[in-house]
Amino acid sequence: MEIVVLLKQVPDTESMISIADDGVSIKKEDIKWIMNPYDELAVEEGLQIKEAQGGTVTILSMGPQKAIEAIRTALAMGADKGVHINDPATEGSDALATAKILSAALKEIPYDLIIAGHRAVDEDNYQVAAAVAEFLGIPQVSMVVKTELGDGKIKCHRTFEGGSVVVEAALPAMITTQRGLNEPRYASLPGIMKAKKKPVDVKTAADLDVDPASVGTANRKVKIKTLRFPPERQAVQMIEGESPAEIAAQLVKVLHEETKII
Amino acid sequence: MAQGVFVITEQRDGEFRKVSFEAVSEGRRVADGLSTDLTAAVLGSGIEGIAGELGKYGADKVVAADDQSLADYTTDAYTNVLAGLIKSLDPAVIILGATMQGKDLAGRLAARLDAGVAMDCVAVKLEDGQLTYTRPMFGGKVLADVEIEGTPQIVAIRPNVMTITEKSKDCATEKPAIQVGDVKTAILEKIMDTGDKVELTEADIVVSGGRGTGGDFAAVEELAAALGAAVGASRSAVDEGWRPHSDQVGQTGKVVSPTMYVACGISGAIQHLAGMSTSKYIVAINKDPEAPIFSKADFGIVGDLFDMVPAIAEEIKKIKA
Repeated sequence: MEIVVLLKQVPDTESMISIADDGVSIKKEDIKWIMNPYDELAVEEGLQIKEAQGGTVTILSMGPQKAIEAIRTALAMGADKGVHINDPATEGSDALATAKILSAALKEIPYDLIIAGHRAVDEDNYQVAAAVAEFLGIPQVSMVVKTELGDGKIKCHRTFEGGSVVVEAALPAMITTQRGLNEPRYASLPGIMKAKKKPVDVKTAADLDVDPASVGTANRKVKIKTLRFPPERQAVQMIEGESPAEIAAQLVKVLHEETKII
Repeated sequence: MAQGVFVITEQRDGEFRKVSFEAVSEGRRVADGLSTDLTAAVLGSGIEGIAGELGKYGADKVVAADDQSLADYTTDAYTNVLAGLIKSLDPAVIILGATMQGKDLAGRLAARLDAGVAMDCVAVKLEDGQLTYTRPMFGGKVLADVEIEGTPQIVAIRPNVMTITEKSKDCATEKPAIQVGDVKTAILEKIMDTGDKVELTEADIVVSGGRGTGGDFAAVEELAAALGAAVGASRSAVDEGWRPHSDQVGQTGKVVSPTMYVACGISGAIQHLAGMSTSKYIVAINKDPEAPIFSKADFGIVGDLFDMVPAIAEEIKKIKA
């Protein structure tokens, strides 16, 4: 089973985000960068499938030089090799352009199953995996919490609001991960040592036959005009009283009168 | 030239999701601003009867794709049918709900149509004929105002944010010829959650519990029941195994925008705040007066949630009686 995991390095979810001077991007210094949390689930799922069925797990990631850290983390968890699309021309690409670049890279990587996080927790676009699947002409099953492989097919439990469905897709297929799928392992020390020797191919847009003039910030279809912080809330109104009953009565009165919710 | 607004609605078992009415209402506002028509699409099996409901919110025309193969959502069938409809109608703007179905569909449709998507929008603004979409990024830590180049522009709206406005239109339902095409997935089984649980992302009120509950959600559930609210949880409560993953509110869970969010025993980690900061009113109950949650709350109570939450539930029941 040839498994490819799409991976992205993103700011830690516990990071405070600052807006850069250009007003349309974030300050990238002084942030802790991590593997996108949903991609950790993707790597883990890939490894579990490989352990059960044999095969290889290839990590495919686009990002600047430092994104190699996230790729190495995945290799340290147990993935076999990496492909790192590292090209300043691709920086700032929107979801559609990113999907085009990744799809171009996937022309050269064999795959039966592609696993991706259902979203990256930076731009929160929820699009790249679906667009890659479309460009490759393969089925997608998103927000998966359970997989079963057999007979050239993958059976997935896909969650939705208020329930779930069991979906079967013929391989090759794309699935995206949702929390609950598995518990990602930590990289072991020997794993980290081994990862240093695992191969990582570095590619540019030109290597992939992608026109650099069709990607990157300048060629976004979805153009960010401004980034701003959400409006500040008014100062909190503390509700006080002698007893829980008194505080509760006071709160409900305020909610009733001021917010009309109750 | 592309023109008109096209809304993709979502129904389940013959009932529209609330976000569909939000999308049609928002579509009406955009269509009025652009002086153009609004077409709403509904896909499913045996849905002709409900199609007319969309006229109530301002659709000029409804296209009903009624076919056995559309009874349950599949990415392939829905994308094929919608791409066909969109190519023949050539709309300038496509609006749909950013539900789990909408998120799955939007990326696929965008790639098929070579269109830009503004995902999970919380506001749409029209100025001098230019549409600007506001969408949270980094889990809502920042808001981005984005414009989309070219047409069609796909706008997925966050459920529970846009106002539903009734604006009755004399609305005709058409049943166009559709192409379901090649479907590479099969739905084997559908498992619905039991009970009439209120869905987190659609709830008017959400009551969440965190580490402070120590795993005992009885008080949180009692208050939620009294308020008719959905129950949510912080990441630590989910990591501890106290609540299922589907209850998690935060940057790595669900993003909710209820009218009121009640945080019980939740300290307010950045990644949790990211998932609920667009709530209209936030009530925080925490023992620790220094808890960061209070800086994001409208109303705060310093106290033990096991005393406070049942007392509030009692008070709500009294008022509702």
